[in-house]
Amino acid sequence: MKLLGQASGPSPGGGQNGRLAAFEQRYRQEQGVRLFWTGAYALLFLVALAISIIVSDFNLPGLITGLPKAWNYIAGTLPSLSFEALWADLADWYWGLRFWLRLLFETILMGFIGTVLGGIVALALSFPAARNLVENTAIYFAARRALEFFRTVPELVFALIFVFAFGLGPFAGVLAIAVHTAGSLGKLFAEVNENVDERPLDGVRAAGGNWPMVMRLAVVPQVLPNYASYLLLRFEINVRGAPALGIVGAGGIGQELYVAIRQFEYTDISAIMLLLIITTSIIDVICETIRHRLIGHDLTLGS
Amino acid sequence: MPATATAHVDIDRYKRSNPELFSRPLAQRLRDWLLWLAFAAAVLFTLWWIDANPMRIVNGLSKLGVLVRLMVPPWPGDGLWEYCYAMFETLAMAFLGTIIAAVLAVPFGFLGAKNIVPNWLFHFGLRRFYDAFRGIDGLVWALIFVSAVGLGPFAGVLAIAVGDVMVLGKLFAEAIENVDKKPVEGVQAAGGSSPHIVRLGVFPQVFPVMMSHVLYFFESNVRSATILGIVGAGGIGLQLSDRMRINNWHEAAFIILVILVTVAIIDNICRRIRARIIEAGRA
Repeated sequence: MKLLGQASGPSPGGGQNGRLAAFEQRYRQEQGVRLFWTGAYALLFLVALAISIIVSDFNLPGLITGLPKAWNYIAGTLPSLSFEALWADLADWYWGLRFWLRLLFETILMGFIGTVLGGIVALALSFPAARNLVENTAIYFAARRALEFFRTVPELVFALIFVFAFGLGPFAGVLAIAVHTAGSLGKLFAEVNENVDERPLDGVRAAGGNWPMVMRLAVVPQVLPNYASYLLLRFEINVRGAPALGIVGAGGIGQELYVAIRQFEYTDISAIMLLLIITTSIIDVICETIRHRLIGHDLTLGS
Repeated sequence: MPATATAHVDIDRYKRSNPELFSRPLAQRLRDWLLWLAFAAAVLFTLWWIDANPMRIVNGLSKLGVLVRLMVPPWPGDGLWEYCYAMFETLAMAFLGTIIAAVLAVPFGFLGAKNIVPNWLFHFGLRRFYDAFRGIDGLVWALIFVSAVGLGPFAGVLAIAVGDVMVLGKLFAEAIENVDKKPVEGVQAAGGSSPHIVRLGVFPQVFPVMMSHVLYFFESNVRSATILGIVGAGGIGLQLSDRMRINNWHEAAFIILVILVTVAIIDNICRRIRARIIEAGRA
């Protein structure tokens, strides 16, 4: 308000010079205000940085001694491969290949079934969690909060609890993945649902369809390609995340990786990690191709 | 009703003249059925593999019910301050790790941008290299750094920073590639030197995008930092796994609640900051 008042301050009598001076003054003032806020934010940032450095006891000596150690550790995991006996060395490095491939397969299966089960739950919850599809606010609210709970509690915490309840093994891991997937996919699905075209809904309602019929015949055909694309994306994420669950005893190759790290089986660590990186890259590429095709398919249908 | 009758007659006529409009070709239907069958088979096989029999589910659910009953009510016991400090430590780890990753990611971003380094082989190789890092979970980095620098939040900071730097680098590279040429040319035309071009032509376009990526990463790092403690990298996760190990479920439930509330608050703050940055970028 003050600035506005000043802008209109130099009244007719001021002439060009007066207006220019007023303009420059106003410019300086605005610049000063901006500078002040930038400085204040910078100060806030620096204070937060300083506090977090102190709290997380981040220190330069620790870093200087720690980084070479970490590097030595990573370098130590690399196998000694010689050119003359390459095959023998490789065989030595991947001594447990068959066993690891089996566990890797299990990890992928965990990601797969976790995504499917979580996707089913997400699908069921996404309709009540879409603002435009339910009239009852209480149901909407409950569905939204449930999804939020599923996705905010870390997957690993669910895994810890499920390992307690269902015993060690991939089953607990699958449940943990499924619950987390239900939460995050449910939210995305609900957002897709909220963006549907209303006209088909009205059509089914006008023809006398009840709520499940409206969902099945008007909503699902519109949203299916987006769902599939999100499902594939989630599958990638779950395969990448499944090894971490092995650390708390929830099956898959993560368990083996954890044992290798704990027992300092250096070359095993790099062997398993390389397998994991290759697998996740392949799955990424495959899923990306399918996703592009799905969305392309959808666009051609739409036009 | 004559109108509907004509409609039905019309439909019958169309069905006879253009049958392909009413049913898809047999091959396509067969392929769809086969895909669904394969999918169902894969699901059943996996359920068999992970040993998901009904007995096990019922037993587990009843055990889970017992656990939930043990968790209610969530109660901090006498560790309230300890937990609050641990949560604070988690936030500090996430903040510092994100900042370090963001600072280190800037040069990686410039290296990976097509318009800065126009060699496609280099570009392709570097991008795949960035992607490969994404395949390693933060928890694995935490395990490595706990082995290298010992237990505590310091290991967590390093794990977050190293795990994120490549992914952020890739996102920064994409932001730099998407820079609009016109403001750059405008500054050039007005006689700006190259620092001017970077400051006035490139920076205002890239900065909001980078900041919003960094904020997203901070959010997700707060979430992942809560569990790094389970492998010994400091923060609230250590407390949580300890309480679970000694079967103190009241306190475990309380810690989970603390995590939920903190994550919600951080998400809210980040959303507001992001909205402001985007607004400022548009203005």
